[in-house]
Amino acid sequence: MIEVREVFTQVEEIFHEFGPPAAKPLKRGAVAAVLTNPFAGRYEPNIMPMMELLNPIGLEMTKRLIAAMGVTPKDIEGYGKGAIVGSAGELEHGALWHVPGGYAMREVLGNAKAIVPSAKKVGAPGTKLDVPITHINASYVRSHFDAVEVYVPGAPAADELVYVLAMTTGARVHERVGGLRASEIKGVDGLR
Amino acid sequence: MKAKIRKLIVQVDETRAEMGRKVEPPTRKAVAMAVIENPLAGRYAEDLTELIDIGEELGGLLGERCVQALGIKPGQAQSYGKAAIVGEGGELEHAAAILHPKLGAPLRKAVEKGAALVPSAKKMGTLGSAIDVPLGHKDAAYVRSHFDAIEARVSDAPRKNEIVVAVAVTDSGRPLARVGGLQKHEIKGQDGLR
Repeated sequence: MIEVREVFTQVEEIFHEFGPPAAKPLKRGAVAAVLTNPFAGRYEPNIMPMMELLNPIGLEMTKRLIAAMGVTPKDIEGYGKGAIVGSAGELEHGALWHVPGGYAMREVLGNAKAIVPSAKKVGAPGTKLDVPITHINASYVRSHFDAVEVYVPGAPAADELVYVLAMTTGARVHERVGGLRASEIKGVDGLR
Repeated sequence: MKAKIRKLIVQVDETRAEMGRKVEPPTRKAVAMAVIENPLAGRYAEDLTELIDIGEELGGLLGERCVQALGIKPGQAQSYGKAAIVGEGGELEHAAAILHPKLGAPLRKAVEKGAALVPSAKKMGTLGSAIDVPLGHKDAAYVRSHFDAIEARVSDAPRKNEIVVAVAVTDSGRPLARVGGLQKHEIKGQDGLR
């Protein structure tokens, strides 16, 4: 049922955005797996069997992304996930990624507390997805609200799925709009 | 470093199957992009030395980033390419100054040898403009299995006074290449062509 055709990674290193250069450049990374959609072209009532089979994919992608970013799990401060479903599929096929994608990252990052924000859409090859990012332990940390634009040239084909994980190593490069600070969080309820 | 870099982006595209057939080993293409300030934006400058020197710096930096992202030794690189997108405050010739005079030598060092021409593309563009970076075998331009391209694009660049410079390196040809022509095991790799 699980057939990965392509894996795509991208890492951005942001030194500044027309302000003072950051002491430590911000890294934003994403990994996308292009899979065959086993449910393409029909309405399949029971899609749940696929979810569990995605667990190892989630773990592999998480590890691959951290390696591509050249960091260790403790350096990751923000995360998000997303899915792009090819035109012969339905949005619900993208929703299968929530549990395996989210829990793989939370596990590898040391039981991260915050919900993993997400976005999904149905799209043509090359469709771009803005993957939302929040702090891994407290969703309300304002400095870490961000998004990473992800697309895979040529994917998803009509019968494919693109599953995405995204991570950052810190706050926006010139964050200065206040709110809850990362240094102030309790990190118990996943919110503050 | 002369280049004022705002961002570096590195992408790796790994193809494991195509049309339901396994690609073994998977083909892998890397592209590294630098978003730099265009020191000559907004005016006509006769002398493009500053950009030529920036090109030299970026050839090494971006070439090494690609090799590193592929996790290979320099000698395992098989094809390469380069491209630039100039923001609207610059001129196309600025891309030529970065890409052509000096970028090649340090790139060739990063991938070992590189007898062949580094294929290139350039354009004027705006935020999110995409450019297809042409790829050719690094030691013999006629190797047909390695004619390819990889798309380079930065969502928030180039701004008016910026240039996106891209270098692509692969450790393989196209997935399931089967249209004949010169094969990589047949090359001499001396004249850069065959």
